[in-house]
Amino acid sequence: MNLLGKLDWSAIPVHQPIIMGATAAMGLVVVAVLGFITMKGAWLYLWREWLTSVDHKRIGVMYCILALVMLLRGFSDAIMMRAQQAVAAGGAQGYLPPEHFDQIFSAHGTIMIFFMAMPFVVGLMNFVVPLQLGIRDVAFPTLNSVSFWLTASGALLINVSLAVGEFSKAGWWGYPPLSELQYSPGVGVDYYLWSLQISGLGTLLAGINFVTTILKMRAPGMSYMRMPVFCWTALATNLLIVAAFPVLTAVLGMLLLDRYLGFHFFTPEAGGNQMLYANLFWVWGHPEVYILVLPAFGVFSEVIATFSGKPLFGYRSMVAATMAICVLSFLVWLHHFFTMGASANVNGFFGIMSMIIALPTGVKIYNWLFTMYGGRVRFSVPMLWSMGFMVTFVIGGMTGVLHAVPPADYQLHNSVFLIAHFHNVIIGGTVFGVMAGYTYWFPKAFGFALDERWGKAAFWCWLIGFYLAFMPLYLVGLMGMTRRMQHYDNLAWQPWLVVAMVGAVVILGGIVCQIVQLVVSIRARDKLRVTADPWNGRTLEWATASPPPAWNFAFAPNVSGIDAFWNSKRKRREQATQDEPGPVRAYEPIEMPKNNATGFVSAFFAVLIGFAMIWHIWWMASLGIVGAFVTLLAFAFRRHPEFEVSAEQIARFEQAQEAGAAP
Amino acid sequence: MNIAVAIDSVPQAALPTTSEAGPAPKRIVVAYGFWIFLLSDIIMFAALFASYAVLVNSTAGGPAGARLFNQGTVAIETVCLLFSSYTCGLMSLAINSRNRLGMYLAAVITFALGAAFLTLELREFAGMIARGATPQRSAFLSAFFTLVGCHGLHVTLGLVWLVVMMVQVAVMGFVASVQHRLLCFSLFWHALDIVWVGVFTVVYLIGVSP
Repeated sequence: MNLLGKLDWSAIPVHQPIIMGATAAMGLVVVAVLGFITMKGAWLYLWREWLTSVDHKRIGVMYCILALVMLLRGFSDAIMMRAQQAVAAGGAQGYLPPEHFDQIFSAHGTIMIFFMAMPFVVGLMNFVVPLQLGIRDVAFPTLNSVSFWLTASGALLINVSLAVGEFSKAGWWGYPPLSELQYSPGVGVDYYLWSLQISGLGTLLAGINFVTTILKMRAPGMSYMRMPVFCWTALATNLLIVAAFPVLTAVLGMLLLDRYLGFHFFTPEAGGNQMLYANLFWVWGHPEVYILVLPAFGVFSEVIATFSGKPLFGYRSMVAATMAICVLSFLVWLHHFFTMGASANVNGFFGIMSMIIALPTGVKIYNWLFTMYGGRVRFSVPMLWSMGFMVTFVIGGMTGVLHAVPPADYQLHNSVFLIAHFHNVIIGGTVFGVMAGYTYWFPKAFGFALDERWGKAAFWCWLIGFYLAFMPLYLVGLMGMTRRMQHYDNLAWQPWLVVAMVGAVVILGGIVCQIVQLVVSIRARDKLRVTADPWNGRTLEWATASPPPAWNFAFAPNVSGIDAFWNSKRKRREQATQDEPGPVRAYEPIEMPKNNATGFVSAFFAVLIGFAMIWHIWWMASLGIVGAFVTLLAFAFRRHPEFEVSAEQIARFEQAQEAGAAP
Repeated sequence: MNIAVAIDSVPQAALPTTSEAGPAPKRIVVAYGFWIFLLSDIIMFAALFASYAVLVNSTAGGPAGARLFNQGTVAIETVCLLFSSYTCGLMSLAINSRNRLGMYLAAVITFALGAAFLTLELREFAGMIARGATPQRSAFLSAFFTLVGCHGLHVTLGLVWLVVMMVQVAVMGFVASVQHRLLCFSLFWHALDIVWVGVFTVVYLIGVSP
């Protein structure tokens, strides 16, 4: 018996210079970061204040950092594919062999969806939702930490697959029978499955946490129809997570049983049914699209109202549209495979539902336009992203509705026209949204703003780069190019694919601008220092200091309408003219959950289990399970899970804030 | 304490509406969160039920349900599990009245019934496998073992959880966090019953009907 299962030295792809180069570069970055931390002597600080933190704000920031790092990884895959397709025309084979190209497109999709977009939206929700609701933390702070670290574990496993073994070659949805053991005997699909199972569990726990938080823990006076729209979209997203992710867990679990124990859910023989996988996968997959885009809609609603200096137009219709999308998103999944050959009636039903779901989105677009209409619009960076979104997303939405017509879809299915469509909505919607949110809430998180000029440069690079990269794909898609081609014969496509490559380079320029922006802003942070309310905001997160104290609010805010902070500012102005000081309230001590390592340690064991299962190292997997169970017990038997922040400490903080804000 | 009585003693006009009352007490938050988890778990079972329904006729020349299922055993299993829900309810009552002895007694009976259910189920599985009806035989059997086995796995975890909770009460007493977890446990245990009613109907009753 082999002690290390299937793992041996042949798992390291030493003969592939591109992979080894990427691995070496990644290793160098990791070593540099670790060295930097050691040099600064920051390990203890990092452990106590961040890695074991149960503070929703810090967990939110860590989610966003994870997302930004994985954006770099996913984008490297993207630009490699664009470069390959720009050169591999006619007889040319390009520089990527097919089995490597297949891994790259699978990794690109998986990383961008699960480890870039998901952590980014969950991170923004983590940071913002409790602040907007006017509360101290989420419902289950330790569970929140577990969620984050499980997501990070999945991301770690995917990155390990670069150096040890291989990644899946079966696309980001891993359709059987290609993903079955018979056709994918390597560990690639196992990496895919285990990293998604682990991070999926983390996402599900986050969803449960946020549904409970939003429904049960709002500030006094904040009824449902007084919640900021971002909280509404967060509620819809987390309801979708709770309702959709268990299906993903189930379907990936079935594929695992097929691969590990020889079950026959999706195999071509013994009665397995591949379309069962496709159906279950997209029952999760289509709501997932809205899980990603609804929080972005929430960000735009906040940003556009703030930078237009007006209340959001049609608050009630916005809420109704959000919840309508939430429900309808479960009734459209079949449009991902109209070509399956279901009856005309079935295709017709899902086609019509796919058209109907465009309506609430249209309502939202008009609401944002009418919010800007007659407002005093400030063209700051978050507003630029929002306006870029409105134009881009409408184009993407319209090409999407084309796909909702089943006969048209038969022509467009699996073409790069489809690729252009969903990048149009995911980049134009989700990515622009998280970038707007990142710029908008960065000053709240760190107390200093991001540099405006570099931010604008980044936006324009992204916008122009996006159109250069994806508009040509619509054309070559209509010319008949299918997705995932490592090389092609039709030379007429090549000029367009070269343009797309140039677009990817322009986007790279945007990413470089964002990195420069971050560095420049950190260096000039003293000049960029902001007050609690740098944008003249409307919602409660701007009522507390930047960055907020661990306890968020010294007093629970009392809410009497939508745009709670805006109203309280107005009231304060009126009171100031009457020259009557408000009543003075005494600070009271606050109970806060203690930081603990449950999340970090359980994620360590999750990585151990995942890695061991991928390589069939059964003893290590058992060790991981025992370890995770012991961690859970240690958490359950804690004696004093909370500590008290004294009234004096709160008073000191508040006085320091007032002293700082006075000049 | 009876919640209805507590609310009756407060003048209604002085209370804000529920949605404006501010953060709910910890007990409500914990139970609510656990309900949401249970719903997500039931959705996972829904996916397994759907797969079973799709694959139930894909026997690939192997045995079908009618030839494999022994209704007598299943009836005893069902009685065990349903009765264990009743004793789990008795346990909740004992906890509310801080009756430790009653709680331990109810917990032991609940555990024994759960273990009996599990033993019978495993014997059924072993019998089927011995006759060559393994999950590798056909897509139908894959779906059957996954659906029923997933429920069995939940019962197993429930039994482990019950033991841990008894130790927690012994070591930590009826502190708030332990009470919340006991509440969650009973929700979990009852939810497993509901799922079993589904399994019993969809797999065993429909499975043997001509």
